[in-house]
Amino acid sequence: MALPSTADILEDLEFFDDWEERYKYIIDLGQEMPKMDPQFHTQERLVKGCQSNVWINVTPIDGKLQFDVDSDAIIVRGLLALVMAAYNDNTPQQILDFDIQQYFEALDLEQHISPTRGNGLRAIVSKIRDFASAARL
Amino acid sequence: MAFDVNEIRTEFPILNRQVHNNPLVYLDNAATTQKPQVVIDAIVDYYTNYNSNVHRGAHQLADEATRKFEAARDSVANFINASSRCEVIWSAGTTESINIVANGIAKLLKAGDEVLVTEMEHHANLVTWQQACLASGATLVVAPISDKGELDLEAYYALLNTHTRLAAIPHASNALGSVNPIQAMTARIKSISSDALVMIDGAQGIAHCDVDVQAIGCDFYAFSSHKFYGPTGIGVLWGKEQLLADWPVWQTGGEMIAEVSYQSAKWNTLPYRLEAGTPNIADVIGFGAAVEWFQQLDKQAVLAHELSVLNCATQMAESFDGLEIIGSAQHKVPVLSFVMQQGHPADIGFILDRQGVAIRTGHHCAEPLMNRLNIPGTARASFAIYNTVNEVERLFEALEKAKKMLA
Ligand SMILES: Cc1ncc(COP(=O)(O)O)c(C=O)c1O
Repeated sequence: MALPSTADILEDLEFFDDWEERYKYIIDLGQEMPKMDPQFHTQERLVKGCQSNVWINVTPIDGKLQFDVDSDAIIVRGLLALVMAAYNDNTPQQILDFDIQQYFEALDLEQHISPTRGNGLRAIVSKIRDFASAARL
Repeated sequence: MAFDVNEIRTEFPILNRQVHNNPLVYLDNAATTQKPQVVIDAIVDYYTNYNSNVHRGAHQLADEATRKFEAARDSVANFINASSRCEVIWSAGTTESINIVANGIAKLLKAGDEVLVTEMEHHANLVTWQQACLASGATLVVAPISDKGELDLEAYYALLNTHTRLAAIPHASNALGSVNPIQAMTARIKSISSDALVMIDGAQGIAHCDVDVQAIGCDFYAFSSHKFYGPTGIGVLWGKEQLLADWPVWQTGGEMIAEVSYQSAKWNTLPYRLEAGTPNIADVIGFGAAVEWFQQLDKQAVLAHELSVLNCATQMAESFDGLEIIGSAQHKVPVLSFVMQQGHPADIGFILDRQGVAIRTGHHCAEPLMNRLNIPGTARASFAIYNTVNEVERLFEALEKAKKMLA
C-alpha cells in the first residue's frame, strides 16, 4: 500500500486548522486506500460496529503481518488508513509496542477510538493486537 | 391553548449548549429526549430533601418519599387513562416491561401456539418473543410491511388464527416512524382470536401519539420514561388488572411478598407483586414530574407542532438531490429516516456531528428490518416538542456540506 507513514500523517494533519480540511484529508486517505476484494467480505473477517461494518484480513509474510482492511463507510476507511500506517507490514512485536492511543491523541482524533463510538475502529485495533499476540507465540 | 416553541425551549437547559462550536441541534429524540428543568429539579429535590426508602419507613422522610412515589403512579395512570392505578407497574424501561410479559408468556405457551410480531420491530419487541417461543416450542410469526414501511393489514389479519396467543405490535416504528392503527388492529385481533393477548410496544408512541389504554383495548402497553422527557432507568408496564393479578411473577424478593416462611411465600397484591426490591425511587419521582409537566400542555397542539416540523423536514428531504427517504407511511411520528447516494449513514453522522447536529445512524436496533429493506442502515433525524423549523434548516445545511465533502 502506497500510504503515508505515521510521521507524514502527523505532519499533514497538523497543517490543517479546521475540521473540514482534516476530514477531507481523512476522506481522501479512505479513497486512496486499496479496496478489499469483495470476496473477502466474509463473516469471519467482519467486525461489526453498530454504525458501520469493518473487515480485516491478515497475511503473515517474512515475520511481518500484512493487513487488508475495509469498511462500508468512507470516513471509517480513512481512519483505517491511519491505523494501517501504524501497523501494516510490521512485526508482531512492533505492533504490540505501538501506542495507538497516544497516536490518535496526537492526531486529535482520539474520540474515534473511544469505546463510545460504534464504528468498529477500536474493535479492529484489538483484533490486530490479537493477531500480533498469536503470531508472536 | 397556544403552543410557543421558544417558550418551551427555555425549559430545557441543555439546548443552550454548544457542540464543536455550534449551537446544539438535537435530533436524536427517538433514542432519548432531553429533560426539562422541572424534571431535573424533582430528582435533585428528592435527594436533597427527603431521600428515603418507600413503603416501609416509620418516619417523616419515608412518608414524603412514599407519597411522591405513589403520586407519580397516579399521574401516569391518569395520563394513559388506566382504569386503576394498580395497573401501572414500574420497570426499568420498555425493554424490561416487554420482558415481564415475555417471561410470563413463555410459561403459558405450548407447542402449536403462535406469537405474531411485525417486520418493523425494534429488537426489544422481537428477541423477547423469539426467545419465549424457543423456550416453549411455540411459533413466531412475522407479519410483512410494504415498501413504504406500513404494515400490510390484509396480510396481518390473514396470519391470525385460533392458535394466536399473543400479538406484539409497535405503536410506532423507531426506524421508520410508521404509526400502526393499534386500536382497530386490537379489535380485529380479538374478534378473530378471542384468546389472543395484545401487547403494544409504546416506546415511540407515548410522547407522540394519543395513548388511552382503555380506548385502545390492548392487554399490555409498555413505554420508557426517557423517551418522554423523563429520566433514564424507569419505565412502565401497563396491563389489565385481571391479567396482571395472576401474571407469573417476574422477580422475587422484598416488597413483592405478602407472607413468607422458610419454605414458601405468598405474593403481594398489585402493583407490588410485580415490583420486587427497592424501586428506582428518584427516577419514578422524576418521571412523575415529567408527566405532570407534559399534562399542563395542550397535547394536540404539541403533536401538531411536531408534525409541522416533520412535514417541513420531509419536504426539504424530497427536494434534496441524492437523498432517499426510508419510511413514508401515511401516519408517522416525527421521524425522518433516510439514505444518501453520497455517503454511508455513518459518514453523514460524523460530518453532521462536527456541525453540532446530533442524529442517529445505523440499524436502529432493527437489524432484520434493515435486511428486509435491503439497506445497511439509515441516518435518522427524530424530532420532539422543542425542535424548530430553523433547526430543520440547519440539518439540511449540514447535509449539503456532508454531500459536498463526500462527493
Ligand atoms: C420501538 C422501540 N421499542 C423498544 C425500545 C426499547 O426501549 P428502552 O431501551 O428504553 O428499553 C425502543 C428504544 O429505542 C424503541 O424505539
